[in-house]
Amino acid sequence: MLDLSKYPSIGAALKDALEQYAGEICLIEADRERENHRLTYGKFKARANSLAKALQEKGFAAGDRAAIIMTNQSKWLISAHAIFHSGGVLVPLDYKLTPDEHWLLLKHSGTSALIIEYPIWRQLSGALGRGAATNVRTVLVTEAPANADLAGAARWEEFRGAGEAIFVDRERRDPATIVYSSGTGGRPKGCVMTHENYLEQCVALTSLYPFAPGMRYLSILPTNHAIDFMVGFFGPFVCGATVVHLRTLRPEYVREAFAKYKISYVSVVPLILKNLRKDLQARFDALPNEKRRIFYALVAINKALTKSRPRLSVSRRLLKQVHSAFGGELRAIIVGGAFTEPETLQFFYNLGIPVANGYGLTEAGTAITVNDLKPFRADTVGKPLPGMEVRVAQPDTEGIGEICVRSKTVMSGYLNDPELTAETIVDGWLLTGDLGRFDATGHLQLFGRKKNVIVTEEGKNIYPEDIESMFEGLSVKEFCVFAANYIWPKRTMVNEQLVLAIHLEQGQSYTDELLKEITARNNRLLNYKRMQGVVLWDEDFPRTASLKIKRNLLAERIGQLERADTIRPL
Amino acid sequence: MRTLEQTTQEVLELASKHFQVPAGSLAPDDDFFKKLGIDSLQSLEMLSRLENHFGIELPDYEVQGVSNFRALAERIQSRL
Repeated sequence: MLDLSKYPSIGAALKDALEQYAGEICLIEADRERENHRLTYGKFKARANSLAKALQEKGFAAGDRAAIIMTNQSKWLISAHAIFHSGGVLVPLDYKLTPDEHWLLLKHSGTSALIIEYPIWRQLSGALGRGAATNVRTVLVTEAPANADLAGAARWEEFRGAGEAIFVDRERRDPATIVYSSGTGGRPKGCVMTHENYLEQCVALTSLYPFAPGMRYLSILPTNHAIDFMVGFFGPFVCGATVVHLRTLRPEYVREAFAKYKISYVSVVPLILKNLRKDLQARFDALPNEKRRIFYALVAINKALTKSRPRLSVSRRLLKQVHSAFGGELRAIIVGGAFTEPETLQFFYNLGIPVANGYGLTEAGTAITVNDLKPFRADTVGKPLPGMEVRVAQPDTEGIGEICVRSKTVMSGYLNDPELTAETIVDGWLLTGDLGRFDATGHLQLFGRKKNVIVTEEGKNIYPEDIESMFEGLSVKEFCVFAANYIWPKRTMVNEQLVLAIHLEQGQSYTDELLKEITARNNRLLNYKRMQGVVLWDEDFPRTASLKIKRNLLAERIGQLERADTIRPL
Repeated sequence: MRTLEQTTQEVLELASKHFQVPAGSLAPDDDFFKKLGIDSLQSLEMLSRLENHFGIELPDYEVQGVSNFRALAERIQSRL
């Protein structure tokens, strides 16, 4: 692995990695049973260089912002490297957003170059929001069919410059990326991450979960996500490892990829891990009686032998069939994006597959704590990573309080939002809004949230303010969306719900007709964004001088009522 | 060769069968994520079913952002 303490920027570290590991395979891209290509670090460098050169010829310069909207594939990483090589700031956007949401964030981030897959561009190019994002001057489209209307874009494959691109170095404190943690429906929250944030985080993470040439990481989580960006790009690259991309995420091909490519690490969200567990459990249950008894006896032996630490080679021998299905070289499954239930973590550990569970948020530079497996603990989110100062602010009698973090990995702030930045980073401490407690061994345990937000098992942060627009014009006096646990604090990180608080007009009743209207609007939301119930409130909502709802005060008042009696299920 | 209308109809029928909702309850302009209450993994299952039925390959990235039956049928039609 490169000694990252010597480098001022992501671009400088990548530049050296491409030279040092020139002969190693850095990328494998597969599409179903076909392999599209394998690239060595040397070939990757040549391809990224010609893209960087062409971007520079178009006037792309230090500090300019370039967005990527692509599913996971080689061109994502090649493009990102070209941007860093040119001293640019990368804006990795979630390809699952709607066209108008994309344009909103492109405008907010001040993006001047956009690199995008053709099927997504086809929808974006005709969307109304395009008119607002006038800063976008260069659009590069990948994999466009020969006769496609590119709507002003250029083909990524043909956008090549001749000669050596200029390497533009940056300082550690300069912005490297702008990562949107939320705010597509309201106030965009663009986390400005510095080069130092990534360099420090990479050192901390690889000290626990190292990469090396020959190791293979299966990239399933979207690369725009902080976790995949770190462990599916920067981390493996500065260690000379290989990243495997699949152009399809259908379960049958993902399963096949583990064995075919002898995967060492993979990252997933809790929902996928849970599905995987269900799938495996069904297979175990289907074993004939005698075989099942033997199998569970072996699991018990494995459990006993790995009590104090994982012993991969022992587990692989004992539970050969299970491990073979995962390729036989899996070192750990990394899970992130949301809270994972301890039973699921324990299930995999009992099979001899360690799950690297932890806790983090984009604002803190991905991970804050990670389980170090010494020994494995399913009931906590691990200990703080090296270099992380973590404290619990204003603990109650049980030691539970808000988790605060101070570290070189914490973002520099929210883009163009000094007010929100000042509320979030106070005296150098990032206030996470999550509630936790340290146990006697220094492991962090999570106990719920302080903020009005929910996080789904798919790792999606849902901010109630962002979905209120769906109820705009509802025939009531006023309304407000809340996370139920924000009104009635509950010590849990799972099964979170959203509720719609409404204040009826004077003399108005809660009729079937109104219920129908609410239900119809609710059904227009994606399933994980839907309200689970309605709260009727018979007083005016408290408001600020500028007439914004004082959400915390309203929540506090509603919270005086009994939760079970107050929420009318939808 | 099927017409786009026929393809759309077959997509609706297959989706209603696969997710066990009454035939005729789905319309071409329905957002299938919202109408069926499905997540992205379940939508991939539906795609695999459709591929088998129509005998085509429909890459995930090709249908990225497609959320209604009509647009899905158009993508299928272009590959028939």
